[in-house]
Amino acid sequence: MSAPETSGPILCLKDVWVEYGDKIVLEKVDLAIEEGSFVSIIGPSGAGKSSLLRLILGQEAPSRGTISLDGAPLTPECGPDRGVVFQRYSVFPHLTALANVVFGLECEKAPLLARLFGSAKAEATARATEMLEAVGLGDSLHLYPAQMSGGMQQRLAIAQALIKRPRVLLLDEPFGALDPGIRADMHALIKRLWRDYSLTIVMVTHDLREAFSLGTRVLALDKRRHDPHAPHRFGATAVYDLALRKDDEAAEPEAAQAPVEESA
Amino acid sequence: MRLVNRHPRRRTGLLLGAIPIVLLVLVYLIVAAQRHAILPTDKIFPLPAAMIKAMGAMMFEADPLSGQRVFWADTLASLQRLGLGLIISTAAALLVGLVLGVLPPVRATFGPLVTGIAVIPPIALLPVLFIALGLGETAKVALIVIGITPVMVRDIASYVAELPREQIVKALTLGASSWQVMIRVALPQAMPRLIHAVRLALGPAWVFLISAEAIASDIGLGYRIFLVRRYLSMDVVIPYVAWIALLAIVMDVALAKLSRRAFPWAHGASH
Repeated sequence: MSAPETSGPILCLKDVWVEYGDKIVLEKVDLAIEEGSFVSIIGPSGAGKSSLLRLILGQEAPSRGTISLDGAPLTPECGPDRGVVFQRYSVFPHLTALANVVFGLECEKAPLLARLFGSAKAEATARATEMLEAVGLGDSLHLYPAQMSGGMQQRLAIAQALIKRPRVLLLDEPFGALDPGIRADMHALIKRLWRDYSLTIVMVTHDLREAFSLGTRVLALDKRRHDPHAPHRFGATAVYDLALRKDDEAAEPEAAQAPVEESA
Repeated sequence: MRLVNRHPRRRTGLLLGAIPIVLLVLVYLIVAAQRHAILPTDKIFPLPAAMIKAMGAMMFEADPLSGQRVFWADTLASLQRLGLGLIISTAAALLVGLVLGVLPPVRATFGPLVTGIAVIPPIALLPVLFIALGLGETAKVALIVIGITPVMVRDIASYVAELPREQIVKALTLGASSWQVMIRVALPQAMPRLIHAVRLALGPAWVFLISAEAIASDIGLGYRIFLVRRYLSMDVVIPYVAWIALLAIVMDVALAKLSRRAFPWAHGASH
């Protein structure tokens, strides 16, 4: 199942700047992200990777320029059309795995109580269970996040985001805090989900290997110019923009296998 | 082994904890016995027998004036005031704290007011309360409420405001409204903190209760202590104080148990 390559860009940034007072974080970022692409964003610390992610997420508004999602200008507020997985704190500690995932469905269907009852609840539970099984948490439906390992928590965070079928899934160093072995499992998982659900993913990462092995496109952010007396006066922008050819179907069939389950 | 690494086991811990208490009681008994050896009518350090006799009368014999068993009537009156004050304060702290914590505009508007109220010494407001509300129950409960609510509100508000930003963002990307964030994300996570805040507020609540009862009342544990003080009746004062301490400990332990039972996710991984 591959995304239609013919449609226009799903996400479009035009001449975007982020400035705090006289400190410039991002300057003149022009970016068009195609539907179905997996964009890795790399760059040194402080190069505005997270700022860019926050812009797309709507957590922050650009000081100049426009961002549009599906052709419509983006409001500077987080919404259900963009899912997110952070490195930490992405799941609700007071809810079980199942309740964490059902939450997204409840918000939509029960504006007043944010809780579902009866058949609506049964249906939401079934959908959430299916989603949790897809990320390999089918046996951990009733565990609280504190009872889970880091990898399981990130699986949960992904399931939680995907239940809303977001147009764009944003990952902010999602595997940065995990052990190398578990990280490999997670790479296989995210690749499989990306394919199965035709996702558009933007991932910020520190890990170059991860960026190139997962992404269909790698963006490197850095400052083009540097003033040693006023380092804050120049912002970062995309200095490299590499489209990677992926012969994915042929190359990595094993990546689509169910991930190895890790225990708490 | 260095001291920082010596963790007493449960039974040893209980034993260790009991030693200072037993020692203190022993010291008291020795001092009391010595004083009674010199002056058998000493009132300052009553012997246990005298305390039991005095308390027996207050617990099991009806007072000729009021027809009540004074000890139980006092306890009931005090617990009623304390309970009412705690319930009102807790409800207010949860409601106001949650709204202040979740909604930045509300925090900007009312935060300074809450801070301002919190720095006023509540006892300084006692005359105002007596003038405004009379000398009845309302003023006493109001003193407890005014005394402990602002601190609890600030605690809950700052706790909720400091929930990881990622959680709020996550909720918003799942389609939650401000209201839904408040009732499904902030409220449940504020509950264990609220119970903690109530436990911490118990001490001040007792202080305000005893103060109000000491100044204007005709029944209550604090009233009784300040009344019998005039007759140097330490044989009543000491058991009353011990009883207050026991009540406070029971409440504290009950709240701690409640928190563990109701919010296991907030108390570590092993639940």
